[in-house]
Amino acid sequence: MDAKLIPTATQTAGPFFHFGLLRPAWADLTDGGKAKGDKIVLEGRVTDGDGAPLPDAVVEIWHANAAGKYAHPEDAQDKPLDPHFRGFGRAFTDKDGVYRFTTVKPGAVPGRGNALQAPHIAMSIAARGLLHHLFTRVYFAGESLNTSDPVLATVEDPARQRTLIAAPDGKANGAAVWRFDVALQGKGETVFFDF
Amino acid sequence: MTEIREYNHERAGGQPSNDWPAYTSTIKRHPQRQPVALKQTLTEITGPTFTGGWTGAETTDLTKQHKGEPLGERMILAGRVLDEDGRPVPNTLVEIWQANAAGRYAHATDTHPAPLDPNFTGRGHTVTNEKGEYRFLSIIPGAYPWRNTYNAWRGKHVHFSVFGPAFATRIITQMYFPGDPLLEFDPIYNSVPDEAARKRMISRYDPNLSVAEWALGYRFDVVLRGRHATPVGL
Repeated sequence: MDAKLIPTATQTAGPFFHFGLLRPAWADLTDGGKAKGDKIVLEGRVTDGDGAPLPDAVVEIWHANAAGKYAHPEDAQDKPLDPHFRGFGRAFTDKDGVYRFTTVKPGAVPGRGNALQAPHIAMSIAARGLLHHLFTRVYFAGESLNTSDPVLATVEDPARQRTLIAAPDGKANGAAVWRFDVALQGKGETVFFDF
Repeated sequence: MTEIREYNHERAGGQPSNDWPAYTSTIKRHPQRQPVALKQTLTEITGPTFTGGWTGAETTDLTKQHKGEPLGERMILAGRVLDEDGRPVPNTLVEIWQANAAGRYAHATDTHPAPLDPNFTGRGHTVTNEKGEYRFLSIIPGAYPWRNTYNAWRGKHVHFSVFGPAFATRIITQMYFPGDPLLEFDPIYNSVPDEAARKRMISRYDPNLSVAEWALGYRFDVVLRGRHATPVGL
């Protein structure tokens, strides 16, 4: 803990990040459908305090594979890696504030104290007007583990907890669509995490 | 029962608050509620890895992306990605983007009436080497006006996107230039309360990095959150 150097501060991505961060292929985490597990579409709208869509946000996600293992050397669980799944995605919001990922439903991963976390996706949002990116988590409606998830449990207000739970929204090309809207401010403001 | 080593929390004053009305775009976009404290889990201490070349051929020479050479002062931009303890962060993705020498972005919504440069896009990416080093060849970006307040100008800057080893370490920032008179008036730069942390965002002119008769050298190290020494039970 004797940190010696001062960490670099964040700054806004500004309005002109698109050409710098352009990676359209990264909105598909399934390697063109080859990843194991249930294919899903994760989509939603990012809005400001007036409910207006953000056409200039970059959304990134990170999650475990269908077996509940992260493609990272520090995940020591005895579970299979999937060579077709890296677990990372990036998408820009469009003019209507909508982002969209194609991925697989993550499996459950351990939390602290041997607790199992409910299946979830870590999400970060950067945009013009955000000096520091925001972290949130996407959970899935109807998961039995949601009731015992230690992170969800820290959000006691049920209305606020609901902002973390994606809702089923039909199918697209055979994949279940999960809708997760992000309200940056005001009514229905999404829960953001600090860690 | 496995163990994890947590990442240090961000220090008070060392990071900007999103609630910063001097930068008017924050007004309708900053969350009004306090963020919820989350104890880091496997989710937060892991993140994308960038070995194996899957991010594509590196683009480290921003002066050779078109038929001709861009206008502007040639700049070698090099540095290291480190953690708070000074340890190099190898194999991590560094992405940069910037305006051209006239202060204009190659972006459809940039309407500043300065010329586009057909020989400059202003985008690059690389993966740090084993010593955490990166290096780009570019041109010094120009300052440009913005409509935050009347007659507002942004200091010269290069945007940086850096991941580090975990989702918790990912940052997007901007690199500034030493001696820029606009920084004093720049609400984005000044959104960071701690002066030493603000200065961390300013690159350093390095005569030893400059190449005679060719290019100016600027150094910029990116420091990411370090880690607790002691693991906690997972």
